[in-house]
Amino acid sequence: MVRPLGFLVGLGFIAALVLAIFTTPLKNEPNVAYSFVKHPKHLKLASDGVAPHWDVAQLQRGMQVYREVCSACHSLNLVAFRNIEDLGYTEGQVKTFAKSFQVPSVNPDTGEPATRDGLPSDYFPAPYANEVAARAANNNAVPPDLSLITKAREGGKDYIYSLLTGYQNPPANLPKELQPGAGLHFNPYFPNLNLAMAKPLADGQVTYADGTTASVDQMAKDVTAFLVWTAEPKLVTRVWAGWAVLGFLVIFSILTYLSYRNIWADKKH
Amino acid sequence: MSFPWAKNYEPQQPLMKWLDEKLPLPRLVYNAIGAGYPVPRNLNYFWNFGVLAGAALVIQIITGVILAMHYAANAGVAFNSVEHIMRDVNSGWFIRYAHMNGASMFFIVVYLHIFRGLYYGSYKAPREMVWLLGVVIFLLMMATAFMGYVLPWGQMSFWGAQVITGFFSAIPVVGEPIRVWLLGGFAPDNAALNRFFSLHYLLPFVIAGVIILHIWALHIPGSNNPTGIEVKDEQDTVPFHPYYTAKDGFGLGIFLIVFAALTFFTPNLLGHADNYIPANPLSTPAHIVPEWYFWPFYAILRAFTFNFLWIDAKLWGVIAMFAAIALLFFLPWLDSSPVKSSTYRPLYKKFFWVLVADVLLLGLCGMKPAEQPWVILSQIGSIYYFAHFLIILPIVSRIERPLPMPNSITEAVLAKHADDKSAATA
Amino acid sequence: MASESEATATIEDGVRRRDFINIAAVSFAGVGAGAVVLPLVAQMNPSADVLALSSTEIDISAIASGQAIKTSWRKQPVFVRNLTPAEIEEANRVPMGDLRDAETLADRTKPGKENWLITLGVCTHLGCVPLGAAEGENRGDFGGYFCPCHGSHYDTAARIRKGPAPTNLVVPPYDFTSDTVVTIG
Repeated sequence: MVRPLGFLVGLGFIAALVLAIFTTPLKNEPNVAYSFVKHPKHLKLASDGVAPHWDVAQLQRGMQVYREVCSACHSLNLVAFRNIEDLGYTEGQVKTFAKSFQVPSVNPDTGEPATRDGLPSDYFPAPYANEVAARAANNNAVPPDLSLITKAREGGKDYIYSLLTGYQNPPANLPKELQPGAGLHFNPYFPNLNLAMAKPLADGQVTYADGTTASVDQMAKDVTAFLVWTAEPKLVTRVWAGWAVLGFLVIFSILTYLSYRNIWADKKH
Repeated sequence: MSFPWAKNYEPQQPLMKWLDEKLPLPRLVYNAIGAGYPVPRNLNYFWNFGVLAGAALVIQIITGVILAMHYAANAGVAFNSVEHIMRDVNSGWFIRYAHMNGASMFFIVVYLHIFRGLYYGSYKAPREMVWLLGVVIFLLMMATAFMGYVLPWGQMSFWGAQVITGFFSAIPVVGEPIRVWLLGGFAPDNAALNRFFSLHYLLPFVIAGVIILHIWALHIPGSNNPTGIEVKDEQDTVPFHPYYTAKDGFGLGIFLIVFAALTFFTPNLLGHADNYIPANPLSTPAHIVPEWYFWPFYAILRAFTFNFLWIDAKLWGVIAMFAAIALLFFLPWLDSSPVKSSTYRPLYKKFFWVLVADVLLLGLCGMKPAEQPWVILSQIGSIYYFAHFLIILPIVSRIERPLPMPNSITEAVLAKHADDKSAATA
Repeated sequence: MASESEATATIEDGVRRRDFINIAAVSFAGVGAGAVVLPLVAQMNPSADVLALSSTEIDISAIASGQAIKTSWRKQPVFVRNLTPAEIEEANRVPMGDLRDAETLADRTKPGKENWLITLGVCTHLGCVPLGAAEGENRGDFGGYFCPCHGSHYDTAARIRKGPAPTNLVVPPYDFTSDTVVTIG
């Protein structure tokens, strides 16, 4: 019974599929935008690869760029001031840094909303009180939170770096419907080609304490490195822990293999 | 157990004797995975994957119970609670990444375990019940994995929940009420997240229970082997312990190396970037894909693009996707060939490898966006998938002429060694 | 792999070497399991964000003499009491021999700030919050705090005087950041 029934069911599915093949157009809808989107440029960072470390100086510069440029519109909700000890700051420096921010609070006498000096346990304050405010201030486009941005985008850090350095005039052959509309900016690394964020970086926009020249490229690299850290503060620990575990497992596998050969030595199989 | 020459458990110490009289748990273990279980002597490395699947389940349960200590199943805080685990909980990143990649490792070994069963005919009499219980485990795993993927409440979590529960709305008349009942709302939200968490916590223990039945059913006829010839006498077998415990120990080492490499070096390789964006019910990601282990079934779902008979394309896709798994329940009766192992089935062997290629192709199609040529490839792939099990297999098992088979496992083993020797001297 | 001469020398030796490999493999598995258990147990310790909240600043300028406030540190209640001269005197008059947990008031306060008694509001018996910090609450037989759960009485220096609690209310680590601000932790 199973076989004839199965045979019929199988024929049913196959018939539906064969009809589907003949009724589905073989040509895709042409997507002109595709041909203008560029593949992200590769960005090499100290935290890459199999022997990573944090380039603390670069992360500090990157945080400066975030604070002086990006933080005007983008939040960093998952990062607390205490976390920047990873960036080579002392406890005292973290305290001072935290104190330079005003974080939302409640007036203890009246219960009205108020602000107070930041503490190391506080998180980077968001530029907008809520999504509606963010939308209203930015031409209806909410600036995304940057905490996880290098993990939350296809292409990761390469994409962020390319996007920051990729603003340019639209190419001459760009079709009219792909031209940036009002309040939009052309960037070939952005999947839709035109994004709401204006070119955020300009040469010399920040003054680095360590004397590094603040070119657009340098700032883009630094802030991307910083955002790699914010997305995964445990990255370096993770890779080195991986080597220890892997080393152990390789020895374990060799031992178990020898043990296996020993036990089977007198058995043909 | 099943073989008269199986070693009998004889406790030596008084304590173990006492325990054996009151609660013969050590005896149970001894007979299940100890020296009391005689196993064919010729098992190859493909027989490691059953034990590895068990190990993967144990790893998932341990890491999962720990994650549940820190995770909060509420749509408002679920995403941040996962990031809290990643950033603040001691070794939290390790436990979370291990659980995330542990799911993939579980599916990798289970797929290999399934294809091993297909190649060597392990689903056939007298092991039909083992196979049926295995398919049940596979279904439970898929449900558990899906609900687990929803828990971080990222974009893919949310839209995965939306799409998968949307399958049910394809059912005429009652579909939409069922979907609303499943979600406890009109879109995935707190109610859905909480029930998914509850069930995600429960199902692994159900899986563990069905695994016990799976092993129980296996122990009645005993394990299959690469020749597919049943055990005839004591010569054909070795005790599970120490012979296969040692081999499984080595297998476990290799499994853990792959697992550790994924977890520590490329933990997000098999994940999706969009799931690091908090769930947003107002914006769908450009390209929704499920986790890799669902790709072949996702491709089958999307292959149906034509309203055929009185059934529309969407319902066809959903039915076909479930049928693609459900037909495995009938496999022991679809394939009527008395020969188990593909080693002696020249024609079946060819189709087996076509099926492997076909499932890989379907997987690729499931990963790609619904564009040509992937749509037509998924349609062709789906045709072969159903044809393989429902049409080709019954015919092949009838017309095929099997190769001459050795009389026993031992004879096959000795013949292989004689071949090796002559090859070495030649 | 042993060299041939060795292998043929004594079979017994070979057997021992074989056992050694098996024992080594099993012990290695044991070590690995142990190493994995450590983080799995350690994850239950307070996480980084919990530890980060380990210090609290309190403004004490508004607490009048004889009053107390209840605040919290590490999610535990803290009593800050501004003792009156009479209460200080009463505390200092108690002979050490009468105390279950002998400590002077000076031991429990900062020099020059003897009127500021800062203790955890956690009864040392079984962890209830004693009464006496808020206006009008029962302050027990000794004018300090009274734990209603099992009847522990604390005196004006928050020392245990009567009832089941074994020790005085705990004084947390704290510092006066200024005359009016105390940092606990």
